[in-house]
Amino acid sequence: MAAEESYPEGLKYHPEHDWARIEGDEAVLGITWWAQDALGELVHFEAPAAGGTTTKDAPYGEVESVKAVSDVIAPLSGEILEVNQKAVDEPEIVNDDPYGEGWLVRIRLSNPSEADALLDVDAYRAVVAGQ
Amino acid sequence: MSALARTPLYERHVALGARMVPFAGWEMPVQYQGVIPEHLAVRRDRGVFDVSHMGQLHVEGPNAHALLQGLLSNDLDRIGDGEAQYTLLTNERGGIVDDLIAYRIGPFHYLLVVNAGNRHAAFAWLKEREIRGSEVRDASDDYALLAVQGPTAIEALGLPGADAFTHAMGEVGGVEVMVCRTGYTGEAGVELMCAAEDAVELWDAVVARGATPCGLGARDTLRLEVCYPLHGNDITQDTDAISAGLGWVCALEKDFTGAERLRKVKADGPERKLVAFVMEEKAIPRQGMPIEGGGEVTSGTHSPMLDVGIGMGYVPVESSAPGCRLTIDVRGRPKRARVVKKPIYVKEES
Repeated sequence: MAAEESYPEGLKYHPEHDWARIEGDEAVLGITWWAQDALGELVHFEAPAAGGTTTKDAPYGEVESVKAVSDVIAPLSGEILEVNQKAVDEPEIVNDDPYGEGWLVRIRLSNPSEADALLDVDAYRAVVAGQ
Repeated sequence: MSALARTPLYERHVALGARMVPFAGWEMPVQYQGVIPEHLAVRRDRGVFDVSHMGQLHVEGPNAHALLQGLLSNDLDRIGDGEAQYTLLTNERGGIVDDLIAYRIGPFHYLLVVNAGNRHAAFAWLKEREIRGSEVRDASDDYALLAVQGPTAIEALGLPGADAFTHAMGEVGGVEVMVCRTGYTGEAGVELMCAAEDAVELWDAVVARGATPCGLGARDTLRLEVCYPLHGNDITQDTDAISAGLGWVCALEKDFTGAERLRKVKADGPERKLVAFVMEEKAIPRQGMPIEGGGEVTSGTHSPMLDVGIGMGYVPVESSAPGCRLTIDVRGRPKRARVVKKPIYVKEES
């Protein structure tokens, strides 16, 4: 069953509806509740390869529902350490748990100061309210 | 751009939490709970679709039959009163102005149910070609149309069994309806036509009998699994009926608009064919994606029943046999697919 609308405190948000959980010099990335709701039930995550890189504000993968496809925008730049294989195998977990089991990639940050430009939860909620 | 039209059930859709989208000039529900659960409801149980945006054209008069026999591809002499047939309105090039179902009400009266997006084009096409003793009338705004589809649909509505492609007047929930044994899902079921002012009462009665409200999203995935073409995607004014695999609804022995051209395509063999395919890699084909070797995807989606990307598209005839390998350009990434026999999804006999 799809998750209830939520935007956890403590995450950094990108206005293209992506989140980052910064853990030291690494970060876990995913899409927000709003993004998965707008797409509907996800049926495919076109994942990048581990070892590749993300570039802030540029797409690093795609998520697709039955009806639509969307780029996944990187909130931060870095080296991709790990791809969530479960999100590849069972993309619906992104709908079920967008901030938990439905994370997409883990990266090593190449420019940690980029995080300063991201949104906190209140600023991101304002973005959602304006959609 | 004029404002979007709304069916008599608009308020019902909004109250059910539907996501409303523009479609062919109408504001229509694309989904309520989600495309996949709605799709599964129709395959396993029953669902109801508001298809009131579709057009209804009456063709009446002593020469109604003669008019239609010269404009529609299928042979109207194959149906009698109370029967219906799938047919094509063709242009001089053998292209498809619209695909539609013709219901024979009586010897001098036919009802054509046409696609929403082609309602005006189909009406104009017929109206311009009226002959003495025939009259074409667009009555689309007078009717609502509900498709109730799925293995349990007919029983739940309390309707008797009947052959596919027949129709009769009946009653559901106290509403007088034309019960049409037709649909666009590959399942058993009916399409119920009623007066526009009775639409809400009929909808409520059908939902009360356990039909899951389903949107255009599930309508598309259901029809694509069973390879029913969608006009505007798989068939257009520029695609001929033979290449589209619709020769079975073209009575080439009779004269109708474009018949000569279609006979030639059939005799020469089409250069390309509309095929069904299944992805062999994780990827979802979409309309407009190139197929290597000179083809193009015309419809694509994720099949909820098969849990794989599926689609239809035109490919050179050499690559059109079931089993042929295709490579589809999915946003710059080549992805493997395999031509399969239509339909893509075949219901298991229970």
